[in-house]
Amino acid sequence: MIVVRNLLKRFGPKIVLQGLDFAVEKGEFVGLLGPNGAGKTTLLRILASLSRPSQGQVQIAGYRLPAQAAQVRRRLGIVSHQPLLYGDLTAEENLWFYGRMYALPDVKPRAEEVLRLVGLHPRRGDLVRTFSRGMKQRLAIGRAVLHDPDVMLFDEPHTGLDQDACAMLDTVLSEIAARGRTVVMTSHDLTRVADLASRFDVLSRGVIVASGTREEIGPDNLLRFYRQAVQSEGDV
Amino acid sequence: MQRIKAYLRAMGAIVWKDLAAELRSRELLTSMLVFALLVILIFNFALELDIKARDSVTAGILWVTFAFAGTLGLNRSMASEKDRGCLDGLLLAPVDRSAIYFGKAIGNLIFMFIVEIIVLPVYSVLYNTNLFQPGLILVILLGSIGYVAVGTLLATMAVQVRTRDIMLPILLFPLAIPVLIAAVKASNGFLQAIPLAEILPWLNLLIVYDIVFIATAFMVFDYVVEE
Repeated sequence: MIVVRNLLKRFGPKIVLQGLDFAVEKGEFVGLLGPNGAGKTTLLRILASLSRPSQGQVQIAGYRLPAQAAQVRRRLGIVSHQPLLYGDLTAEENLWFYGRMYALPDVKPRAEEVLRLVGLHPRRGDLVRTFSRGMKQRLAIGRAVLHDPDVMLFDEPHTGLDQDACAMLDTVLSEIAARGRTVVMTSHDLTRVADLASRFDVLSRGVIVASGTREEIGPDNLLRFYRQAVQSEGDV
Repeated sequence: MQRIKAYLRAMGAIVWKDLAAELRSRELLTSMLVFALLVILIFNFALELDIKARDSVTAGILWVTFAFAGTLGLNRSMASEKDRGCLDGLLLAPVDRSAIYFGKAIGNLIFMFIVEIIVLPVYSVLYNTNLFQPGLILVILLGSIGYVAVGTLLATMAVQVRTRDIMLPILLFPLAIPVLIAAVKASNGFLQAIPLAEILPWLNLLIVYDIVFIATAFMVFDYVVEE
């Protein structure tokens, strides 16, 4: 579903991703782990067509980036630590807006359905600026699944959430994975990802340093790889 | 056909979203309006003009007011998208990104027109001048389109940098000089009842400026927003 070959991303003289190879099968839930500055967000922004690769090939659902970006975006949902919502619109108005941006045929019934899915239907008429951080994040997930994408990208979605909100978010994430969607989630919180993902990739200094399924790597090795990545990032 | 429909729908959605959000917060319009009214009030007290001098400076004062208030609105309109991270939300939509530009530009233009509709009668009363002339209205329409067309594009660029508040005027005013000169000259022509043949070159310049900058924005907006 996702194929990345020899990906390089430069910001001025700084090379953030250096010849990265990365692939995700259809229906996989990949936990992309790595310390701050490893290049996780940059990789996700390239996959989401928000950033142009300096070199290399990126293909999602058979479409190449950046040439076929519109087709890729149609099949992609993204949740980052920023909810990408408008505080002066209500929850349902936000979903109506994004539904129109995605040219959905029946925006209002679909928005209702999504609001029920993320448990915000009773608050659908409230302005988003009155929502808690956890509610905003749930609505952000609703926004991301509104157009029923095949691929979901989550960029540290637990950031700033309390324990209850994290648990609720995990439930929604599990439901999304159970529906057979391909998911890539970045995090530096090992315990969260370990419970959700079926495969792990550890990113350090712009390259994948370890990759394998939950069974292949095992919790002890995962921790060891992650610590090595953190240490390596600290040595830069 | 389907693509054009989706394009127009996305454009309309952005305009609707900007108007609905502004109707609730009234942040942008209030700041633009208060600023515009203060500018014409300060000019009124500072210049102490007689009737003849008043007629000759009206066009200049009007366009300085519109330009300053417009810059304020353009800056806030894009900054609010960037600060809440919503610009990424717009860029993720599977439409040609120029639809985002046109949606934002139409929204900005509506806000500018609202300010102008309120400023014109206030100016008329304060300066005892009749500004409700079809020719002048046409110039305001064309001038505002040009100013917003180039301003929306530059605001999108300026919002990416830390010094965005001063960056937009620095980028915008030099590029907007042709539209401002043409708008002031044409407005002055209509207010002073100069023959249409003498005003026509300025009107033509306004039309050409509008077309050039709308076309430029259509072609380059994708590159402006890309990382």
